[in-house]
Amino acid sequence: MKITKTLMALAILLTLGFAGCKPKDADIKANVETALKANPDAANVTVSVNEGVATISGEVKDDATKAAVAAAAKGAKGVKDVVNNTTVPAPVVVVPEPASVTTALDEATQQKVKDGLKDIKGVTVTFSADKAVLEGEVTAANRMKIMQILAAAKVKSDVSKLTDKK
Amino acid sequence: MALQDKYAELLQTANTLGVDNLAVAEKDGTLHVSGTAKSTADYDALWALYNKIDPNMASGDLMMNLDIKADAGASLKVTTDSTNLNIRSTPSTEGDIVGKAAHGEIVTLVEKTDDSWWKIRTKDGEEGYAYAQYLSPE
Repeated sequence: MKITKTLMALAILLTLGFAGCKPKDADIKANVETALKANPDAANVTVSVNEGVATISGEVKDDATKAAVAAAAKGAKGVKDVVNNTTVPAPVVVVPEPASVTTALDEATQQKVKDGLKDIKGVTVTFSADKAVLEGEVTAANRMKIMQILAAAKVKSDVSKLTDKK
Repeated sequence: MALQDKYAELLQTANTLGVDNLAVAEKDGTLHVSGTAKSTADYDALWALYNKIDPNMASGDLMMNLDIKADAGASLKVTTDSTNLNIRSTPSTEGDIVGKAAHGEIVTLVEKTDDSWWKIRTKDGEEGYAYAQYLSPE
C-alpha cells in the first residue's frame, strides 16, 4: 500500500514537472508568428495554438505557399503538429470573348441574313450601320426564327418595326 | 454588368444545361453570348427564356449566338414552316437548287460549313447546302 502511494505521488510530481517544462501555447503562437513573418506571402495567415498543435488559416496565393507556411510553422519551437487550414483562391478562368463581339456587318454577312429570311413571308430587311432593321408582320414562331437567323449570322437587330400577326 | 443581371437566369440556365464553350461579354450595350447547346431541346429552352426575359426580344440587347451540338453523320430534321427546304450547290441562295427536303424530313449532316449554311445529304443521296436555321439536330 505504501509503495503504491509513493508511486502515485511520484507520478503526479513527474506529470507536474513535465507540464512545467512544456512551452505555453501563447509562446508557441509567438514562435510560429515569428517564423511566418520571414515569408511575405504569409501576411494573411493567422495562427492559433492548442496544446502544441498550431492551426494556420487565411488565404495564400498558391499551393507552394500553402506548403511553405505549413513547413515554417512546423519548424517553430514547441510545435507538435500543424493543422493547415490555409486556402488557395480558385484560379481565374480566362474565357474567350464571343466571336459576335467583333463581327462586322459586311456584305457576305448581310447576304446570309437575306438568305435566311427569304423563306419568311411578309418581312423585309434593311441594314443600318451595325444592325439589321426588320419590318413587317410576323407570327411569334417566325419572330423567334428571325432572331435565331440574325444571331447565327452574328448581326444585331432592330425589331421596332416588326409587329405581331393577330 | 447590368445586362448580365438582366439575363442572369438565362446565363445560369446555360451553365446548368452544360452549354459547351460558353462565352459571355458585354460591349456597347449588347450582351454577347456564344456556345454550343447539347441538344435542340436545350437550344429551344434557352431561346424561350430569352423571349420571356425580354418580351418579343425587342430590346436588341442580347446577341445569343448559340449552335447545337451535331457531328457529321448526325440526323437533322427539316423545320421549315411547311414548305420544302432547298438544297443548293453552294452555301448561298445564289447556288443552284440541286435538291429539296420536305418539311419534317430527316436528313444527314455532312459538315457544318458555317453558322448559317450546313452541307447535308438526303436519304435519296442528294447532297448540297441548306440553311442551318431550318435544320434541327435530332
